[in-house]
Amino acid sequence: MKALSIKSLTKTYANGNQALKGIDLSVEAGDFYALLGPNGAGKTTAIGIVSSLVNKSGGEVEVFGHSIDSDLEAAKSCIGLVPQEVNLNLWETCGNIVLNQAGYYGLGRKLARERTEKYLRALRLWDRRDENARSLSGGMKRRLMIARALVHEPKLLILDEPTAGVDIEIRRSMWEFLEQINSEGTTIILTTHYLEEAESLCRHVAIIDEGTIIEDARMGDVLRKLQREVFVLSLGEPIDSTPELDGFEAELRGDGELEVAIGAGQTLNDMFEQLGRRGIAVVSMRNKANRLEELFMRLVENKQGAE
Amino acid sequence: MNVALNLIAIRTLVRKEVIRVLRIWIQTIVPPAITMTLYFIIFGNLIGRRVGQMDGIDYMSYIAPGLIMMSVITNSYGNVVSSFFGAKFGRHVEEMLVSPMSNSAIIIGHVAGGVLRGLFVGTLVTAIALFFTRLDVQHPLITISIVLLSSVVFSLAGFINAVYAKKFDDISIIPTFVLTPLTYLGGVFYSISLLPEFWQTASKANPILYMVNAFRYGILGRSDIGILNAYAILIVFVIVLFTACLMLMRRGVGIRE
Repeated sequence: MKALSIKSLTKTYANGNQALKGIDLSVEAGDFYALLGPNGAGKTTAIGIVSSLVNKSGGEVEVFGHSIDSDLEAAKSCIGLVPQEVNLNLWETCGNIVLNQAGYYGLGRKLARERTEKYLRALRLWDRRDENARSLSGGMKRRLMIARALVHEPKLLILDEPTAGVDIEIRRSMWEFLEQINSEGTTIILTTHYLEEAESLCRHVAIIDEGTIIEDARMGDVLRKLQREVFVLSLGEPIDSTPELDGFEAELRGDGELEVAIGAGQTLNDMFEQLGRRGIAVVSMRNKANRLEELFMRLVENKQGAE
Repeated sequence: MNVALNLIAIRTLVRKEVIRVLRIWIQTIVPPAITMTLYFIIFGNLIGRRVGQMDGIDYMSYIAPGLIMMSVITNSYGNVVSSFFGAKFGRHVEEMLVSPMSNSAIIIGHVAGGVLRGLFVGTLVTAIALFFTRLDVQHPLITISIVLLSSVVFSLAGFINAVYAKKFDDISIIPTFVLTPLTYLGGVFYSISLLPEFWQTASKANPILYMVNAFRYGILGRSDIGILNAYAILIVFVIVLFTACLMLMRRGVGIRE
């Protein structure tokens, strides 16, 4: 069953900006799907069309088999949206915001109250239910928007940059929560600037740039396309010059750390063995750049090169 | 269309609107009460004593229905225009747009909120009027139906204003430059029989004249115009404005990119 099917979707704004140039996407039910792209790539436009906030110029969109052209009410009932920008009524109490949203989806008052409590508790906002949304911190507002999007228990949850501007602790707890509801059967589509977020959460990824999809595959397959990773090594003792490592590109940084590039077919064991032979002790090691970020930059560069 | 879903959605929206009106009562309830009290004191009591009778009725009693209708009209309009524009401005209108509630339900919910505020303020102004004069309602059904229809018409008009408004100035232009002059020229304070023939004819192009006079007929049994004409005009306005609201929502004017 397809949770979302997009075919030849186009959008041209009144100012002539062609935000989407005929994209195709297919998201299976139960998937955790990342939609990545730089600012202005068309992610928010695509999400806006799926959730009926933006009128499309052409193409077809189906949500769990319901066309947004012929069966919009059913399509909307399947979707929960967490938008990129805070769109809460800041003068309304947190409890009423979620309760009202339940009402807009046709939930009776009793069930709406139960669901409101369930999701405000799940997102650790129950104690703030009688406070106006404007009194919440940025992270709390984002959690409130997630609670609001979940109150009708949608089959498809779409999150547009849900963790933008929130601190690491809250971001981690939101990830755990999203993984939990995904494991319970909710399909999730996520756009994010934090590529680490997509890499750790999502099973599929589509990369969109300038209104076209430039990659759409399983996360593992996408990451396997990377032929090279750069590691930064913290050394036990400082060294004076870059060591000669057979087959590896290495560079001594100004701060005394050593960068080593590992290409296809090379192993970390080989690198450590060579360092050990030279008496260089490695205390710790980290990736220089996020792998997905590197892939993303490479895909965008390839596309520009092809043009 | 899922009728049960939309009924719950409308009920939710109406409840939200009522809570909003009561939460900001100092902006929504108190000003019309003060304004209308001043009208009764200045125009009814002080100036009214010199005017004597209008159309054979004590002046204070004559202006009371007009002032009640004026408060209903302005509050119905003001409630919808500020609520829907506020939702657009704060972007929480998206809460409704992403939900499966129909465009009709969004319009009806807002209009019901406007009508309720109009009726609430109208009742309050009626209570204030009773401190100054006696009002024996002659035709209760006409009184109630005219005030309801008028309130619906101006709530729908407020919705259209809010759809087109892009900034806060845009929601005050119509009330200031259209609604207020039409209300003052709509026979609230005088009978159009006092006017020269040309201006009597010109006044008949003002829809508020029909609402005020029909309402006055319901309460006092006096009117400058035919009651059936008033009903016809109100019903046509309701149909035309509701259709316009629906078309604007379908096209997404001012709310969808």
